[in-house]
Amino acid sequence: MPHRTFLWFIFPSLAAMILFIAMPIASVLIQSLYVEHEQVIVLGETCGPFGCTPSTTVDVEATAQLKEDAPLGRFNGLGTYLDRGHLAVNELRMAWAISDGLGDFLSRVMNLPFYKALAFTMTFTFVVTPLVIVLGLAIALGVNGLPKMLKGPTIFVSLLPMIVTPLIGSLILFWMIDADGIIGKTLQVIFDDPDLSLKASPTLTWIVLIIYGVWHSAPFAFIVFYAGLQTVPEETLEAAMIDGASRWERIRYVVIPHMAPLVVFISLMQLMDNFRVFEPIVGFSAQANATSLSYIIYSDLRGDQQQFGSAAATSMLTILGVAVLLTPVLIRTWRDFNRKRA
Amino acid sequence: MITWKTTALASAFAVLGTTASMADCGITSGKVSILGNDFPAIQALVEAAKECAGNGVSVSSNLTTEHRDIQVAALTANPAQYSSAIVANSSIVPLMNDGLIRPLDDLVAEHGQNLKPSQLITIDGKVMAVAFMANAQHMFYRSDLIEQAGVTAPESYEDVLAAAEAIRSAGIMEHPVALNTKTGWNLGEEFVNMYSGYGGVFFQDGTAEPNINNETGVAALNTLKALTEYSNPDFLTFDSNATQALWESGEVAIATLWGSRAAGILDAEGSTSDVTSTTVLAGAPTVGNGTTPATTLWWDGFTIAANISDEDAEATFIAMVNGISPEVIAANNDDAVWLGEGYTPGDASVGIFASVQGGAAPYPMLPYMGLMHTALGDELSDFLQGQETAEQALADVEAAYRTAAKEQGFLQ
Repeated sequence: MPHRTFLWFIFPSLAAMILFIAMPIASVLIQSLYVEHEQVIVLGETCGPFGCTPSTTVDVEATAQLKEDAPLGRFNGLGTYLDRGHLAVNELRMAWAISDGLGDFLSRVMNLPFYKALAFTMTFTFVVTPLVIVLGLAIALGVNGLPKMLKGPTIFVSLLPMIVTPLIGSLILFWMIDADGIIGKTLQVIFDDPDLSLKASPTLTWIVLIIYGVWHSAPFAFIVFYAGLQTVPEETLEAAMIDGASRWERIRYVVIPHMAPLVVFISLMQLMDNFRVFEPIVGFSAQANATSLSYIIYSDLRGDQQQFGSAAATSMLTILGVAVLLTPVLIRTWRDFNRKRA
Repeated sequence: MITWKTTALASAFAVLGTTASMADCGITSGKVSILGNDFPAIQALVEAAKECAGNGVSVSSNLTTEHRDIQVAALTANPAQYSSAIVANSSIVPLMNDGLIRPLDDLVAEHGQNLKPSQLITIDGKVMAVAFMANAQHMFYRSDLIEQAGVTAPESYEDVLAAAEAIRSAGIMEHPVALNTKTGWNLGEEFVNMYSGYGGVFFQDGTAEPNINNETGVAALNTLKALTEYSNPDFLTFDSNATQALWESGEVAIATLWGSRAAGILDAEGSTSDVTSTTVLAGAPTVGNGTTPATTLWWDGFTIAANISDEDAEATFIAMVNGISPEVIAANNDDAVWLGEGYTPGDASVGIFASVQGGAAPYPMLPYMGLMHTALGDELSDFLQGQETAEQALADVEAAYRTAAKEQGFLQ
């Protein structure tokens, strides 16, 4: 295809990508470099139904003048990225200087909001992704072996967790694992511990969130693998059977190599999806024990006072995180592509 | 059945009210649109304000629990999306900070004859909002369980802890105490209440410098932790809905809950008469030999947007005043602790009144209090779970607050 034709060919999608992806990211990047104006505070008195109290207020006129002079706010460079709410460079340096031993240092690091969130986000991503792939493949193989009549209904039921809205799904589970809920109570009886609470301890909360993540994403892997299974060449399978390969050997040496590109695809999607884990944290009210990068952005943008600069900086760091995570997978795909072309 | 009748009666009154107020609403033109939280008292107010509609006057409303998240953007627009925002002590602050609401002195002088002076929220001499109801967290306890455990009605948090221990050791309940301690806003509010009860001040005089990492702060945190040790281990997920459900199912003996929940707790719905008949409302307990209740007082009130025409502002003010007229308050008496004329204090208001009379402090209406509240809500759960010391938790709060306050321009 001549370059000119090619350019016209991709122009619409390129334009859409610039408009809806590149420009918003650029705007967030700019926002992350600025912080709010200095607020001009004046002393005064506030009176209401419960009497008068001395108080301070923002001098609106003086602040409006500042805003007019510099609509974007004060330029802060990378200041927001390095502050305690994000990379916390000074706090890290201090923790390193005063901590006695690696354990102490790590516990100090985990006390910083960004690293706390990063720890859960990474754990979630790296535990859920492989489990989803393995479980999805297992379900696909199982369903593929079913008699034709049962396949339709089984596929439908297996897809349900993905159809349920994440927030609703996690809320339903939240009440089931409550100390008075069906799962929570059953576990208390099984372990004979009336104080057992899945919501109270950080470890159990992490496990619950991870199980939820696998439950929610496995159907996606399943349906992709199931579609892939329909394309496994019959002749190779039959040849393997004639050679005396067991069911496991056929899966190991024929089916899995055939599905390798799908594994790459699902890993890519799942790494991206799981890295921005958010809904289950809200649904399970797990903020005390587990936060994620997306959750930090959300809490910055909610409530009486929004912190746009801080949210923007966390967003940029999240994009950076996704890019780092995907690099190995992308490099691999690129090599495969070049090898095939050669 | 009773509820049904009350509703029918209320709507009958509302209809009567319509014919009466049509004549004296006295607006000839203008656009009124109201943004506010969604609970029965505000619904009643808005219903009554809508009676002013007609003859070139339009009245619309958006009542949502998410109102705080949209109010700044909605009132920044010119003309503003809403002519009135219904706010509380805390949510008026961002509107003030950006100059999005107008002084009401002229309108009050002209159309506010029915308002009590105490309803006017006056900031630096200018009326910025008209309060119509009060709210506060206060104590609820079960008289039968207290008696069974052989203790007297608690008056301070030290009494609450003693009573909780007595109830636990008598084998009546393992987790007799409940507070709204969900990580985030709720937990922050519990600390604000406790710290105020100890007489603490959140900021250094007249500045945005935080002032909580001190002995008072440590004492407040330790009391909070002692209380949560008598709470269900899930306490970090408890918001108002959860604690109300716990109370109504009879699983708690002593709790600090919002006064606005009292009517719902005392009615027959969702609970048994064993629980409702023995539920006693009392002012918030004192703490640490202090004399004032460890709670903060809240008001809900209406404001008028700055970015609208004077004509719309006047129409809105008249409609809103009509929404809190003595007739409306009388017809919806039990929905809130109303501040205006026409209110007869009922059973559900006992706790709030006792807290007000005890001299509890109002929630601080400072430009940077929201940031402090957020920092408290995010950083205290580690301490309550026993993962760090009180001093460390308070240092974390101050550090998180400083970071946010610098970014917002309150600190250098």
